[in-house]
Amino acid sequence: MTMKKINTPLSDDDVMKLKAGDTVLITGVIFTGRDAAHKKLVDLVNAGEPLPVDFTGQLIYYVGPSPAKPGKVIGSAGPTTSGRMDAYKPTLMEHGLKGSIGKGSRNQAVKDALIKHKGLYLASTGGAAALLAKTIKKAEVVAYPELGPEAIYRLEVEDFPATVVNDAYGNDIYEEGRKEYEITG
Amino acid sequence: MREVNVADITAAIAELSMDANYNLGDDVYKAFYDALEKETSPTGKNVLEQLITNANIAKEEQVPMCQDTGYAVIFVELGQDVHLVGGDLNEAIFEGVRKGYGDGYLRKSICEPITRANTKDNTPAIIHVDVVPGDKVKLTIAPKGGGSENMSAVKMLKPSDGAKGVVDFVVDVASKAGSNPCPPIILGVGIGGTFEKVAYLAKKALLRELGSSNPDPFYAAMEKEILEKVNKLGIGPQGFGGRTTALAVHIEVFPAHIASFPAAVNINCHAARHKEVTI
Ligand code: SF4
Repeated sequence: MTMKKINTPLSDDDVMKLKAGDTVLITGVIFTGRDAAHKKLVDLVNAGEPLPVDFTGQLIYYVGPSPAKPGKVIGSAGPTTSGRMDAYKPTLMEHGLKGSIGKGSRNQAVKDALIKHKGLYLASTGGAAALLAKTIKKAEVVAYPELGPEAIYRLEVEDFPATVVNDAYGNDIYEEGRKEYEITG
Repeated sequence: MREVNVADITAAIAELSMDANYNLGDDVYKAFYDALEKETSPTGKNVLEQLITNANIAKEEQVPMCQDTGYAVIFVELGQDVHLVGGDLNEAIFEGVRKGYGDGYLRKSICEPITRANTKDNTPAIIHVDVVPGDKVKLTIAPKGGGSENMSAVKMLKPSDGAKGVVDFVVDVASKAGSNPCPPIILGVGIGGTFEKVAYLAKKALLRELGSSNPDPFYAAMEKEILEKVNKLGIGPQGFGGRTTALAVHIEVFPAHIASFPAAVNINCHAARHKEVTI
């Protein structure tokens, strides 16, 4: 199967070239963030304060890695369920974020925000955490170190594999893929 | 009476915690290869190949196959001729979890339910003790991830719902779970007993070797029927569409009250981890 190579940060043009179902290999910087970090970020936005990281054109990876063994850049690092971040994603997209990587379906508000702000929702393989960790070449905490594994990390990745689930055209591979392979009767 | 020191139990649990998280069982490997042959979706095949590579990397490097190293669910079969010495059994098991999750670089994922404050050492463990004849202690650990656990369900069916009621319920749970529990999944199904027993049966069903069937031909046929129906849903590996939504369905049955018909589905992800040892 063909894989498209993409580099972060992403431009509107990069986003518009991708369609739901495309498998991509991501190279560049991605940021991590889970429930607690998202809450802090959105609280800052609501208070009118600046964000600790410039998310313009960037992707957030929903991950809470296992502890790194000595000599490793990071522990096993597969995606967590994205639905828990639905409440926060549209706000962050208003502040330049281009998209996120996780697993599982998103709500309509997120899908609408992807169309409005030209963004993407991608999924990496849930449970392929040892394989995904190998594509992470560097990891450093850039915000909220007190959150431990939930802190915001800046990751440098090389050929990190993911699949576009929701594109900027309103397509959803979870719905379309299922329809294509469903056998009724 | 045979004496067993609980320190041996601590050491065994620590070892099993790491073993289960690093080394995927041969039965799951085989299920991946079988699925790869049958899968027609290219994206689905790609996912299955990634899962095989992932399991290989985890094994070679002795790192967790999934970052969610789970709630430590422990089944103890305690021989009634065993005299445990050297301390408290529960505490010995917790200490084993502390040690295994600490020394093994496993993620600590247990927290107070309301404040969400992490207990920081992955304790407590969930412990199920069964007293059995003999003078041995059998320990099984089944680390359980949150993503698939969250999609599980219990339903008090009506006796008149019959076999069809169970089949429809299980298929519906798998359908609603969709891409969330990291398909391909394994469905542990409990039928009968009481409200709490049926959930236990569903969990216990997940310990069975993949590819094995319920010894009762009636329930073996039901397992097959559910598996076929679930794989017709089209959800596929990771929910991208495909033929492999579930790798197996395992049913455990227990007599029910004349007025009740409980059923439970415990969803396990492909990171189907369980290891055992007998002391
Ligand atoms: S559902 Fe299973 S494979 Fe997916 S993240 Fe959780 S433990 Fe890992």
